[in-house]
Amino acid sequence: MNANETLRGNNWWQKVLYFYVDGFKSMTVGRTLWAIIILKIIIFFLIVKLAFFPDFLNSVAGNDEEKADYVRHEMGVDRK
Amino acid sequence: MNELTTLVDWSRAQFALTAIYHWLFVPLTLGLGVIVAIMETLYYRTRDEKWLATTKFWMTLFGVNFAIGVATGIILEFEFGTNWSNYSWFVGDIFGAPLAIDGILAFFMESTFIAVMFFGWKKVSPKFHLASTWLTAIGASLSALWILVANAWMQYPTGCEFNPATMRNEMVSFWQVALSPMALSKFFHTVLSAWTLGGVFVVGVCAWMLLRKRNVEHCHRSLKVGAWVGVIGIVLTCITGDSSAVTVAKYQPMKLAAMEGLYQGSAKQSIVAAGIINPAKTATNDEKPYLFHISIPYGLSFLATHNPNALVPGIRDIIDGVSYDEDGNFVNTVSYAERMQKGKQLQELLAQYDVARRAGNQMAVDTLHKAINADFKYFGYGYLDTPEEAVPNVSLTFYTFHFMVTIGGYLVAFLLIALLLAYRPALLKDKLSCWWYWLCIITIPLTYLCSASGWIVAEVGRQPWTIQDLMPNKVAISDLSAGYVQLTFWIFAVLFTALLIADVSIICKQISKKSLTDLNKAE
Repeated sequence: MNANETLRGNNWWQKVLYFYVDGFKSMTVGRTLWAIIILKIIIFFLIVKLAFFPDFLNSVAGNDEEKADYVRHEMGVDRK
Repeated sequence: MNELTTLVDWSRAQFALTAIYHWLFVPLTLGLGVIVAIMETLYYRTRDEKWLATTKFWMTLFGVNFAIGVATGIILEFEFGTNWSNYSWFVGDIFGAPLAIDGILAFFMESTFIAVMFFGWKKVSPKFHLASTWLTAIGASLSALWILVANAWMQYPTGCEFNPATMRNEMVSFWQVALSPMALSKFFHTVLSAWTLGGVFVVGVCAWMLLRKRNVEHCHRSLKVGAWVGVIGIVLTCITGDSSAVTVAKYQPMKLAAMEGLYQGSAKQSIVAAGIINPAKTATNDEKPYLFHISIPYGLSFLATHNPNALVPGIRDIIDGVSYDEDGNFVNTVSYAERMQKGKQLQELLAQYDVARRAGNQMAVDTLHKAINADFKYFGYGYLDTPEEAVPNVSLTFYTFHFMVTIGGYLVAFLLIALLLAYRPALLKDKLSCWWYWLCIITIPLTYLCSASGWIVAEVGRQPWTIQDLMPNKVAISDLSAGYVQLTFWIFAVLFTALLIADVSIICKQISKKSLTDLNKAE
């Protein structure tokens, strides 16, 4: 486990970049895992979130005051 | 009402499904993270290549579980915004602050150092690599801390003040929220139980390999670390479980009563070691609470207060306004009927506040604001139709609690034996070893069930509250159709089951593959 492979790159940003690039290139199991992670993120954020999980209050109220009024009404404590 | 009940039920079922699936991944990440860090520390100190191979083997399994589990918790946040929008608005920044800290600090810490952990073996110094492995494990626990702080606030809302103008709770003391007794007991109990699960996982996987007589030396090395972490984890889990029980007795006495199926409490209250709940028993009839039970005298009084003579109130007592003080003395509290009355008065005051605010009557606004905050702790009771509505599902709470305690007791014995056998493997005779190894394998799912049971006790036991005493579920949910929630429930059921299958199959593949290659090279 000696640090016998120096980090590529001339500056700090390049070293970080190549650290990840080299890391990803040398992966074996990790490739499958990253494929699963990317697929999962796409399903979660682009399909599930956009299609089924909108911000409910944003869909019924425009600003914070309207949201407070909406919740007040939903909780039955608005003007009677 | 039927439609609403169905919507509440489906919203709860959906949240429970996603939370339980999420929790299948989390404890192994927490437990295995610590175990991998200890193994790498042993490698760092000894520079023995065998420890390096062992570390890398478990690190791969840690990585698989981490990768499959990552972002499964984000679904819960989607649900807050869509299905629980009244709740999300009502909790305001109190829930947001811990989750933001989790996202910014803990998650990034974990994500940064996990890259060094996997990519940095030959790129960074051994010391830096070891530090990264420990920081990944610590980052995972810190991440859990902030989620548990948020959950603990729902169980025991503290450090906040309700603002009737915005209809939100506002944080007045971050430290009261972060260091509430509920948050601390929940954090330590949960994280330490994850160490137990990590230890059992290592013992079980090693047993699987030993059953096939593969990588024997590697397994014996791993077993020592796994069993030690497991033993330390389960002993500390029992200790923190005890402090959790005291905290629950103090802040959620109804949950404690449901955990025991206790309707009428008494001083010197016994605890049920094993029993069958009478399904006909309710808080309003005189049926016997148990069809069968074996009790330990003084047990519940001691568990709840550390005083064997203390009075522990039952469900009926609590509804009628009976409790005990810190010394275990019998005291009267506010009955649920009175709480409901106060809650309904608060609703009326809030309506008056709304009128005064819109009319610009500042004097009335100030007066009403003070009156609202004075009794706000009873606000949620105003939404109950009957006092009995505040009683959780007693059977489910009782059985999951007793299952958790029984398996917890079994795990103490199991892990102590595993530790003994890790140092004295010769004690296992051939025929006996086969049985023992299978027991080790079966103990993995048992520990997962035990862990999930703990969460069921914590969450079902506090029903009908989304926020204890302040907001019941039926008020917390969004005005959606039950069919819409059902649809997303089944989408998640399919998605998470697929992820679980992927997790288990990749881990199994790695266990089989690694046992034939890298480890043999090292040995």
